[in-house]
Amino acid sequence: MTASLSHPFLQVENLARIYPSPAGGDGVTVFDHVNFRIHKGEFVAVTGHSGCGKSTILNILAGLDTASTGHVFMDGREVAGPSLDRGVIFQSHALMPWLTVLENVSFAVKSRWPNWNKQKTCDHAMRYIELVGLKGAEHKKPSQLSGGMKQRVGIARAFSIEPKMLLMDEPFGALDALTRGVIQEELLKICAETQQTVFMITHDVDEAILLSDRIMLMSNGPHARIAEIVNNTLPRPRERSAIHKHPHYYPIRNHLVDFLVSRSKQFGNLRDAPDAPSSPTVFDPVDLLESAVSTEAEAGHTAPVGKPHIHLVNA
Amino acid sequence: MKTRLSLNQKSTLLSLALFGVILLVWQLATLPQAHTVAAGVDPEYAALMGGGGATAASSFPTPAAMGQTLWDKLSDPFYDNGPNDKGIGIQLAYSLVRVLGGFFLAAVVAIPLGFVIGNSRVIYQAVDPYVQVLKPISPLAWMPLALYTIKDASASSIFVIFICSLWPMLINTAHGVANVRRDWLDVSRTLEVNPLRKAFRVVLPAAAPTILAGMRISMGIAWLVIVAAEMLVGGTGIGYFVWNEWNNLSLTNVLFAILMIGVVGMALDSVFGVLSKRVAYQE
Ligand SMILES: Nc1ncnc2c1ncn2[C@@H]1O[C@H](COP(=O)(O)OP(=O)(O)O)[C@@H](O)[C@H]1O
Ligand SMILES: [Mg+2]
Repeated sequence: MTASLSHPFLQVENLARIYPSPAGGDGVTVFDHVNFRIHKGEFVAVTGHSGCGKSTILNILAGLDTASTGHVFMDGREVAGPSLDRGVIFQSHALMPWLTVLENVSFAVKSRWPNWNKQKTCDHAMRYIELVGLKGAEHKKPSQLSGGMKQRVGIARAFSIEPKMLLMDEPFGALDALTRGVIQEELLKICAETQQTVFMITHDVDEAILLSDRIMLMSNGPHARIAEIVNNTLPRPRERSAIHKHPHYYPIRNHLVDFLVSRSKQFGNLRDAPDAPSSPTVFDPVDLLESAVSTEAEAGHTAPVGKPHIHLVNA
Repeated sequence: MKTRLSLNQKSTLLSLALFGVILLVWQLATLPQAHTVAAGVDPEYAALMGGGGATAASSFPTPAAMGQTLWDKLSDPFYDNGPNDKGIGIQLAYSLVRVLGGFFLAAVVAIPLGFVIGNSRVIYQAVDPYVQVLKPISPLAWMPLALYTIKDASASSIFVIFICSLWPMLINTAHGVANVRRDWLDVSRTLEVNPLRKAFRVVLPAAAPTILAGMRISMGIAWLVIVAAEMLVGGTGIGYFVWNEWNNLSLTNVLFAILMIGVVGMALDSVFGVLSKRVAYQE
């Protein structure tokens, strides 16, 4: 059977996570009513305050954790455990310290294609090591690498198995700003080349804007939800040094920052209202621009001209 | 003029100085008393002839006599003149075979069992009380049971070694396996690594330093216990040698055996030191 074109690649339905309370009462609902879809080749970023359940959602997508209620479908099949179809890049890089860079990546390659011979496995692993710019360091142990280099190995390992989808949990959170910038650009390039479908958690607003097609904003827990979805209409190819010149950049950025600073807290009150929205509000810079013009002008920026014409994705 | 010595040079010098001091104190403490031992008479011979009593003070071997014994024994370590007169090499070999045999058997049991226990909280908690009760039992306490059931002295010593080597290896393996970092397990889960490959390529290398530390402790205990076990059951081995020489009142030989036990113990430990370095990893 072939999936119809309108069928989303990843579909998350009514996900919730409830931790039983130690006292034996009602339990703590970390998040509930989480619904979203990701299309093939799409890069979706998620942001929200600590503890709202982002990592839990990612682990459920990965199959490493299970939801209390709800379902995740990928490619029309329900996710029921970890799979080579979904590569994970861990925040703590999770490299095996007793293996060299090459062995770490080869371990993944060998898991994906057990019947390949040594040479083929090694060549394939080397291709991805080169892709992340680590040629020459392949025989080093992780302890001999800097934080940025370790995370690059994690990226190489995740891409090397050519997963249908990539899951990243704050992959660059532990890196210094300079290194982060460099790796973000590399990731941008690799994703463009491979048309990788990505779900990424980030705390960094600029990172989300640089990399993603859509940005999901989670309200604060308990009972966290995906409150808003922002369509990132900045055109590709993007460059770190240039994106802020695009008229959509500041409206998007301001909208994100504003959410994190104030709206994420208020969502809890809205949620319980009888007319609470059952699905997240979708924001598009087309709408944003109108409301942002005045604030931008006040801030000394020239008001953006021209109609936005790039709509990468519709939720 | 200032000479700069490296740390190693300094410690080597200090070691040698210590050795000199020990020899000197030893020499002074064992100076023959004029009225008991005539000059030129071998002190050991004198001790044997004179027995205890008045000459007891000087029956303790001098460094020179000790050196002579060392030389004699080590130049012909493998002679065999019947049950009570074997070369030190042969006696040590008997002990080593028992220790290695018991240790190996214990490893074969403890490491796989430790994997099972470490992998399951339920089994861990179920087995824990038994381990806690059995662990503090002196391995020698098992000796009567072993002799009764096995009926063979040598096999009983091997059993005692087995029992005493078991616990540190079992506990460390279980602990090492149970505490493998979640990240690495998650990586192997997302890579759909099969259980056997996961055990050998992820859990084993991750737990190897802890497992090896347990093996090292086990080996240390085994080497301590074998001397006592062989004193009890007799026949052959370095422990029996010590006891036999004590009955012969040859303190020189006892001292010599003590030295050998120390040297072999150190060698065994350093083997594990090398292995530990091999499996160590830096996070
Ligand atoms: N075992 C547990 N029992 C109760 N609450 C838990 C447990 N594990 C995690 N939580 C809660 O789940 C929430 C979500 O955690 P996490 O997904 O890591 O959030 P995020 O990644 O967004 O910071 C946190 O508020 C945490 O307190
Ligand atoms: Mg998190």
